[in-house]
Amino acid sequence: MTLPPSDDGARGEGARVAAKTPRPGAGTGASASAEVEMRGIVKHFPGVRANDGIDLTVAPGEIHALMGENGAGKSTLMSILYGMQRPDAGTILIGGREVSFTSPTQAIAAGLGMVHQGFKLFPSLSVTDNVVYGREPRRRGLIDRAAARRKVAELSERFGLGVDPGAPVAELPVGVRQRVEILKLLYRDARVLILDEPTAVLTPAETGALFDVLRGLAAHDRTVLIVTHKLREVMALSDNVTVLRDGRVAARLRTAATTPAEIAEAMTGRAIELDRRYPAGAIGGPVLEVTGLTVRGEGRPLVDRVSCTVRAGEVVGIAGVAGNGQTELIEALVGLRPPDGGRVTVDGRDVTDAPVAARRAAGLAYVPEDRAEVGSAPDASIGDNLAMGFHRAEPLTVRGLLRPAAVRAHARRLIGEFGVKAGDPADPVSTLSGGNHQKVILGREMAHDARLLVVEQPTRGVDIGSIQNIHARLIGYRDAGHAILLVSAELSEIIGLSDRILVMSEGRIATELDRGEADERRLGLAMAGAAEGPA
Amino acid sequence: MPIDAELLASALRALTPILLAALGGALCQRAGVFNISLEGMMLVGCFSAVTGSWFTGSAWLGVLVAVAATTAFSLVLAVGSVSLKADAIVLGVAMNLLAVGLTAFLLRTVFGVQGAFSDPELKGLGAVGLPGLDDVPYVGDVLGGQSPLVYLSWVAVAVAAVFLSRHAWGLRLRGVGERPDAALSLGVSVTKYQYAAVLASGTLCGLAGAQLALGNVTLFSENMTSGRGWIAVVAVMLGRAAPVGVLLAALLFGIVEALGFRLQGQGLPQQAADAAPYLVTLVALFLSTARRRARRASAPADEHAAPQPASLG
Ligand SMILES: Nc1ncnc2c1ncn2[C@@H]1O[C@H](COP(=O)(O)OP(=O)(O)OP(=O)(O)O)[C@@H](O)[C@H]1O
Ligand SMILES: [Mg+2]
Repeated sequence: MTLPPSDDGARGEGARVAAKTPRPGAGTGASASAEVEMRGIVKHFPGVRANDGIDLTVAPGEIHALMGENGAGKSTLMSILYGMQRPDAGTILIGGREVSFTSPTQAIAAGLGMVHQGFKLFPSLSVTDNVVYGREPRRRGLIDRAAARRKVAELSERFGLGVDPGAPVAELPVGVRQRVEILKLLYRDARVLILDEPTAVLTPAETGALFDVLRGLAAHDRTVLIVTHKLREVMALSDNVTVLRDGRVAARLRTAATTPAEIAEAMTGRAIELDRRYPAGAIGGPVLEVTGLTVRGEGRPLVDRVSCTVRAGEVVGIAGVAGNGQTELIEALVGLRPPDGGRVTVDGRDVTDAPVAARRAAGLAYVPEDRAEVGSAPDASIGDNLAMGFHRAEPLTVRGLLRPAAVRAHARRLIGEFGVKAGDPADPVSTLSGGNHQKVILGREMAHDARLLVVEQPTRGVDIGSIQNIHARLIGYRDAGHAILLVSAELSEIIGLSDRILVMSEGRIATELDRGEADERRLGLAMAGAAEGPA
Repeated sequence: MPIDAELLASALRALTPILLAALGGALCQRAGVFNISLEGMMLVGCFSAVTGSWFTGSAWLGVLVAVAATTAFSLVLAVGSVSLKADAIVLGVAMNLLAVGLTAFLLRTVFGVQGAFSDPELKGLGAVGLPGLDDVPYVGDVLGGQSPLVYLSWVAVAVAAVFLSRHAWGLRLRGVGERPDAALSLGVSVTKYQYAAVLASGTLCGLAGAQLALGNVTLFSENMTSGRGWIAVVAVMLGRAAPVGVLLAALLFGIVEALGFRLQGQGLPQQAADAAPYLVTLVALFLSTARRRARRASAPADEHAAPQPASLG
């Protein structure tokens, strides 16, 4: 197996071996060879111009990246292309012919396919059934499962997807599920594949595998449109980049002729310091103390006698290849999973078996990985979501009754502080763009001013400008004397923020690195070495 | 109590209405519609079967009328819960209450009687033989000489099983129930499949009612389904909405009902016999949820699972 982090790093700068020859008509304007051409796309939402006259041209066999800050209009543009939303103005040409989709079904028929951010799979069905669903090969009236299996296996083989056609989807890891989504598109003969933030939920190794697949697709003359916030991925994968800002095209760049800094500046309109490393803070007494914490799974322990301390004014980062107990450790700490042994104290108070409310009272705040399901109530308003956890005490509640005016004021204050792009605090939180949703939850939890902040993937789906903002806030929070326990799949984030890094492997803390010792290569080796070490 | 052929034959008769209704319920469940109006639908089936048979003089036309009327009645659930997105539980309860009142009212207006209608002239379905089977000892006594709808219900189980697992529409129906948004994204109409499932449950409940009113007995009495539709709802749960599972669950209830009937003849109070199927229902539900719980608990942390080693895979 390749080492995930170093593998990823190698893709970063020099290793663009698979770069295709730049197509002749690169740039804008009508070109007869364009696979996808969008002209003057306009889309309004109440109070927002999500798309404001966008032109986008993509050639056959090209990998085209779409970048932009949260709320710049990327997802909106892609859902218009895919027929999920109707543009207010503008024309779309596919393979040179003008189209006007009213539903994704029509877009599929025209050779488009989209992998949505949340997967749309049937967990109880097999890979084959998921792929052929709605277009089943038949023999004598019944589904021809043998033919279906053969076809799926053949596609998986041809495009190097490595998916077992017979496996039940429920048992597949996230990265493989995503490849099932891609198989679905290929089975429907999609020539244009749209992927909206496909790597947000993947581990570095899975990301590398996905990129190999996408390169293979491009080599087979499939066109790939990918939305992402990760500059490194854009540099490693794409042929061209279109940058959106406030619903308009801010730049069109050829990847080979640009730099991450140039893209970042086009996105935000200012120079951005990438991968900044923050100085150490003033460290105080212990806030979180964990001794011998154990969580058992089937057969082997998921968390195996973990002991660690997080002190005031300190950020402790947890790194590791996904599935080595990080999730379970955090769940046990915040009270979502009963531990099977050990002791947890927050600010000296034993909360090992305490319910969530008691932990919060002891001084714990938590930003979960899954912002949509665990972190918020998607159908409730932005204001109500921001009020959660504050709803029992003054000033939001007076004499047992919630004060709507105070809830609104509270929401407006946090929206301002965290630069959330939102129309009205009364709108449901689900209308926010992905990155803004994340900021709402982070803002709420930090506003609790708790002694200990446990935060998972704080910048997943967040644009680079806001990443910098969030990082600065986390450091500011630390410098105000709080303790932070950080879990992140982004190595640069872990390295940039942490005073100490704990590398987890098979439920144990395998390595501990100090701020000075950690760089991406060493951390990568520690993770990989730990992953390959003896049990 | 020996399990003799007569007892099994009577169990088969008793389970058929439950089985037919439960198959309909299972289709709905698979399509993502929780159908608790089986009881009301079956009652409508009973009444329309008797009415059809009485006025046409043919039991088979009675069955046809029952199917047509009950399928039409099930449209209420389809339109309400699928198109108008009303709560299927509330709607189902309303339909069950409506069916009781409506059939009692029509009994009075159409037949001019209260409580029950029966007449020697009313044509029932009678029994048919299975060629070749009737002469086999024991087996012939159990399986032979049943109403044609009994045999039809077995065919229905097989057809439903093959349909769900191997037919394209069956696969789509299951997908619609599991992740409607995913089905929609692949161009499969959720509405169409849910309508089809609900209407099919209407048809099957029509057959169930016809079997009850023209097969098991030949009469209509107010509220004559007396909870069989509810037992069918339970059978759907116990059988995990799979045709063969539903058959096994219905078989359990059929045997209990037949046993209760037999014991009543030997001095068991009628109330105890009547209560038996519900008692079994409760016990079965309890056992199946306890087992499922144990299995779920064992998944994240097996330490917390109830000590039920046999059920842990
Ligand atoms: N259904 C909707 N109703 C109202 N406003 C919407 C709706 N969908 C999107 N918007 C708004 O349109 C703007 C663009 O949203 P979009 O989802 O396209 O952003 P994005 O570029 O994909 O951002 P992110 O990187 O955070 O995912 C945002 O301000 C968003 O709040
Ligand atoms: Mg988006």
